[in-house]
Amino acid sequence: MIANNISRRNFIRLSGMTGAALSLGFYFPAKGKEAEILKTEAAGDLGIELNAWITIDSSGKVTIVNHRSEMGQGSFQAVPQIIAEELEVNLDNVNIIFGVGNSAKYGSQITGGSSTVRGTYKKLLKLSASAREMLKQAAAKRWGAALSDCYAENGQVIHRPTGKKLGYGDLVAEASKLEPPKEVELKDPKDYKILRKPLPRQDTPLKVNGKAVFGLDKKLPGMLYAVVERNPRFLGKVKSFDDSATKTVPGVKHVIKVQMNVFTTKREGVAVVADNLWAAMQGRKVLKVEWDDSGFEHHSTDQLYTKMNELLKGEPISFKTKGSFDAVYEKATKKLEAVYETPYESHSCMEPVNCIAHVTENKCEIWGPIQGPDWIQDDLSKQLNIPKENVTVNMTFLGGGFGRKAFTDYPHEAAVISKEIKAPVQVVWTREDDTTQGPFRPGMVYQCKGALNDQKRIRGYETKMAGQNMNHQWPGSDKTSYNDSVTEGFLETYLESIPNYSFGDYPLDSPIPVMWWRSVYSSTNAFAFESFIDELAVLGEKDPLEFRKEHLWDDRYHALVTKLEEVSGWKSRGKNSGYGVAITECFSSIVGEVVKVSKKPDGKLKIDKVWAVMDCGWYVNPDIIRAQVEGSIIMALGAATKHATNFKDGKAVEKNFDTYKMPRITDIGDIEVHIMDNEEKAGGVGEPGLPPFTPALTNAIFDLTGKRIRKLPFNLDEV
Amino acid sequence: MASITLKINSKSYTVDADPKMPLLWAIRDIVGLTGTKYGCGIAQCGACTVHLEGNPVRSCSVPVSVAANKNIVTIEGLSDDNSHPVQQAWIAEQVPQCGYCQSGQIMAATALLKRNPNPTDKDIDSAMQGHICRCGTYPRIRKAIKSAAQLMAQKASVK
Repeated sequence: MIANNISRRNFIRLSGMTGAALSLGFYFPAKGKEAEILKTEAAGDLGIELNAWITIDSSGKVTIVNHRSEMGQGSFQAVPQIIAEELEVNLDNVNIIFGVGNSAKYGSQITGGSSTVRGTYKKLLKLSASAREMLKQAAAKRWGAALSDCYAENGQVIHRPTGKKLGYGDLVAEASKLEPPKEVELKDPKDYKILRKPLPRQDTPLKVNGKAVFGLDKKLPGMLYAVVERNPRFLGKVKSFDDSATKTVPGVKHVIKVQMNVFTTKREGVAVVADNLWAAMQGRKVLKVEWDDSGFEHHSTDQLYTKMNELLKGEPISFKTKGSFDAVYEKATKKLEAVYETPYESHSCMEPVNCIAHVTENKCEIWGPIQGPDWIQDDLSKQLNIPKENVTVNMTFLGGGFGRKAFTDYPHEAAVISKEIKAPVQVVWTREDDTTQGPFRPGMVYQCKGALNDQKRIRGYETKMAGQNMNHQWPGSDKTSYNDSVTEGFLETYLESIPNYSFGDYPLDSPIPVMWWRSVYSSTNAFAFESFIDELAVLGEKDPLEFRKEHLWDDRYHALVTKLEEVSGWKSRGKNSGYGVAITECFSSIVGEVVKVSKKPDGKLKIDKVWAVMDCGWYVNPDIIRAQVEGSIIMALGAATKHATNFKDGKAVEKNFDTYKMPRITDIGDIEVHIMDNEEKAGGVGEPGLPPFTPALTNAIFDLTGKRIRKLPFNLDEV
Repeated sequence: MASITLKINSKSYTVDADPKMPLLWAIRDIVGLTGTKYGCGIAQCGACTVHLEGNPVRSCSVPVSVAANKNIVTIEGLSDDNSHPVQQAWIAEQVPQCGYCQSGQIMAATALLKRNPNPTDKDIDSAMQGHICRCGTYPRIRKAIKSAAQLMAQKASVK
């Protein structure tokens, strides 16, 4: 049952608690293998832990752990909804709690890459079914009945011949002593009672009355508040600071120099710590810091993009290629070249970055809006030299994440301050800090070339991508290795149907820290890819949707594009509107979108409607999928038409929502989302709806006006 | 520092604070009602919206001294049990994603419906365009305001 080669990291850690019954955990095997269920001894405060995710007390109250962060994308609903289906409990009667950081128990908790459902659903289904079978076995044993005469429903085991019932609470102690079954049968999706239903989210009631606790809402007894004046040029050092005025502000307790780790670099700043946040902010206003900003470049936006364009003239560090693009392109008669540009962006979560740390002699406890609690546990253990088991990372609700809150910098800074002042402290990034300090989505320049064959299909395709490579920032990263991200967003099927292609990566070096931003490389790549496919369709004088269809060598893509064609009324579209289409693939899901634009009486453009078709394979909750696609579209609209982060003399220019402008309720019309039903494996939901929107919008604008937009952001009112 | 009386959700609180401290921080950090959120600090996002004498205001930009002795309602004061029609509509339409901006959105929507029980799309635009939602729940906010208006009309006709 247990493989012999389980490494220490993979082994379920024994909790050391006493009086306990059984706990089931996962052994996380090598990639591509099914997880095995193995047995450990453990107990929880909430009753008996049947496994890492499920605890039942003697009254029958079921507690389900959501081991991933909830930042709006719906893990707080999705994880319990999966478990409730096979466990046979009513979701309205279960208690849902966040898991603390513990990768030995839960596997990776880094909530990124739209991975929560697609990464764990099979294991969660199996684990929940195992727990249910153990409860059934306990009942059968008690009754002296055949297991096959027992079934589970709504938190009870029922004896079919007699109608006798026993609640899970009555059975859990006995069940916990049983061996987990080696094999369990999972339900056919057509028999689902809870999965695939648009059930209301369990966190919604908490989010309409102010009761949901976000990081910024968490308070500890004796907690102090800190704000930090960090170097605006990222890499500069504190030369000196004058805190004489700061220390006269009532409530200010400490002014200290701090250093946090940002990838392989150190970010320096001066922290003002006070007994209330307002006092800390006032103290910071009168703080004077002198910086040493020597020894690194102070980039401006223009310089950054000039450098990227220069890079494209050189040699890439790596290529993903098929056939011989150069030869094909040279000989082609129907060919095209275009350059696309996307800006740097701030994540700008509505809840600014913040974190509470309480560091004592040999312990560290963290609370905050956190996307990677296990990662932070690992990192802080190393940075503070505290054993991992003494580092507790607690998750709160997140007021947005989008990749920013997956990162380890801000908990590290909070821990450094707490350690120094010997008190629990909440470090709050003001909106200005949040907008200007990064890490940012990297700005990119794409050079695309394409050639058509005699049938006006794509014979050769090339994209050269220049910009900061996120992977190159990690300690020990190989800066010469091939970066797969260069094709993120591109349809897998195009790689089959296009006979000659070439993707090149031209990484830019800059002191500006960059990080995953919702849908990561797809969020920018897709604009170049799907705009250029559209330009090639125009070159071939073909309908843009038909042109794409000719390159989709797989039934799954055809089903999606046919659905999109139907729901958007593509074939019967009128002449007074512009229609644009784009199809992208991101985190194992395929999404197609059609945008319809028209001119208002004043001649300005407006977006009338967006149709989206999502194929994410196996799924949990159709209403959450619709919500995520709606939200992704609006976030993409912001990055396309409203905001960008510019740099001047090494500093971010836009500081708050007055200059870093967000989409508003007035900016978007109706969004209609459709979901494909099929037998495919689960794909991502939180991010894949974002990439196709921008190219679909600019393609629609071209359709209406003949104007091709190749640089973002652009002002919709000025097209 | 000054001793200031705040009347929040029909309860009186005496706070000892810098008179220039924004009402937001007095509500959150001194009174301890954390449903009202900090988003931008410059009245651009609406996350901190509360009712001051029945009007929606940005509590990040109202000095606490200005709010002294006036009636303040925060998200916590709408109902004890999520029964306010706007809360009901927000649940029915499944509006929140991360939920961080929703206190402000709901306070703006309740103020709108109080003075205009049957708002048009244009009315909704002008009442809500000061509120940012980074998750992009705008289409659902619009629907929820319309269904809240219906719920309120039904309630009124029953009375």
